Amino acid sequence: MTDYKNLKLIATSNPHIRGSETTRSIMLDVIIAMLPALAFAIFNFGLRALTLTAVSVVGCIFWEWLYRKLMKKPQSIGDLSCVVTGMLLAFVCPVQMPYWMILIGDFFAIIVVKQLFGGIGKNFLNPALAGRAVLLASYAGTMTSWVDPAAGKAPIIGSMADVVTTATPLAVMKTGDFAALTGTYNVGNMFIGQIPGSLGEVSALALLIGGAYLIWRKVINWQTPVSYIATVAVLTFLFPKQGSGVEWMLYSVFGGGLFLGAFFMATDYATSPVTKKGQLIFGIGCGLFTVLIRYFGSYNEGVCYSIMVMNLLVALIDKYTKPTRFGVVKSDKKEAAAK
Amino acid sequence: MNFGKQLKEGLITNNPVLVQVLGMCSTMAITTSIMNGLGMGVSVLIILTASNVVISAIRKIVPDKIRIAMFIVVIAGFVTCVDLLLQAFVPAIAESLGVFIPLIVVNCIILGRAESFSYKNGIAASFVDGICQGIGYTLVLLAMCFIRELLGAGTLAGFRIIPEQFPIGVLTLPVGGFLVLGCLIAAMQWALSRNKK
Repeated sequence: MTDYKNLKLIATSNPHIRGSETTRSIMLDVIIAMLPALAFAIFNFGLRALTLTAVSVVGCIFWEWLYRKLMKKPQSIGDLSCVVTGMLLAFVCPVQMPYWMILIGDFFAIIVVKQLFGGIGKNFLNPALAGRAVLLASYAGTMTSWVDPAAGKAPIIGSMADVVTTATPLAVMKTGDFAALTGTYNVGNMFIGQIPGSLGEVSALALLIGGAYLIWRKVINWQTPVSYIATVAVLTFLFPKQGSGVEWMLYSVFGGGLFLGAFFMATDYATSPVTKKGQLIFGIGCGLFTVLIRYFGSYNEGVCYSIMVMNLLVALIDKYTKPTRFGVVKSDKKEAAAK
Repeated sequence: MNFGKQLKEGLITNNPVLVQVLGMCSTMAITTSIMNGLGMGVSVLIILTASNVVISAIRKIVPDKIRIAMFIVVIAGFVTCVDLLLQAFVPAIAESLGVFIPLIVVNCIILGRAESFSYKNGIAASFVDGICQGIGYTLVLLAMCFIRELLGAGTLAGFRIIPEQFPIGVLTLPVGGFLVLGCLIAAMQWALSRNKK
């Protein structure tokens, strides 16, 4: 493998300005942006949220270290991308899941989806989402029972027998009585995140703070998250299944993993389009699939699968949103297309 | 004729599944339990050997232009025999393999060996080739079944090895089939390339 870090290769004419940005600094920004959501998860679900995240992070670092060691490749754990994957995977899992289970998810995320395809930047799916999809397909029971944060916290170790589980707002919206849901959790609860759900997805507020930080730091562009959330909002506003459009829209947007997916998953560099136009299309596609799965699929939540589906379409989106080269005029472009 | 060389080809250097990448459909679909894999592997072994021998015997009287049709007729005949035998004597396996037994007719391994080997070689050599390639196919199936059944369902040939709550169910789904097969092919290519050096 080429040692890009020490490769002093400059292909354009001078002057050259070097930025201080590295993979490590970007990943560090992402980790910082996830801290509000983690803090809220600890507040909402208890200290087990922290230990589960820690186990997941350690698992991801271990698998990545082990694979690079066995394959005699340069170590890459220093770029912190596996820490981000570990945190994100924990964020999309229920808090009461056993620790060994998340290690299996880490294995699939890091080894199968990331390292087997060439390591950072070469994964074709978001590793954390792929890890969750594998866990959901393998352990459907555990992965779809949610601790009720109002009824007590999950213990850090030991039996989960005393934990009270309940349906997530999205599950109620799919099959149950929407009016009863609005009685249990008001819009403020939904926004702040005092609801059952995956560990890091519940608080739209904390995720919004993190997302705003990422946009301010220019780690992500606003195009993907805004178009994603806006698409879901518009579709759910236009086609409410129960209640009024505005209410249904707010519960749809704040419930489930939409904010987590929009700010932290759909913006993954390796699995999202390069151009801003492409990112808009990507976000709209994610939103469309999310609403379709929520409305017509058998799952309550479509964020995970919708982002994975759009991940697979990134190559196509990039192909059709390729910017025109400087100096090419319209007639040339038409000729090129005709060929 | 060199039995050792043909056996080595069938098992390793020219393994029908891992090197020629033939017969993917059945390899993915039925490798969820050891018994299925064994039933499928032995069926293919028998059909492959028998059709290899017959095709080799009639290779000089079959016109070149209709040879594929002839191959299919011969293979389909043996597949029907095996299908009926399975239904009569081991109905449980016949049931769980279902449509994949009739589908052996269009299994690329059998047609591929007919076209590339038995149509050009003598009866004895074709017989040995059928057995070697059949064993190579069966062993890969069993390896996949072993991994997928043990890790995906926690059992081996129906006996529980891993407690019920632990197995990674996704391995018994089609995606697990692709994953395990991909890893096996990669391991095989790695071993072969190491051997070359």
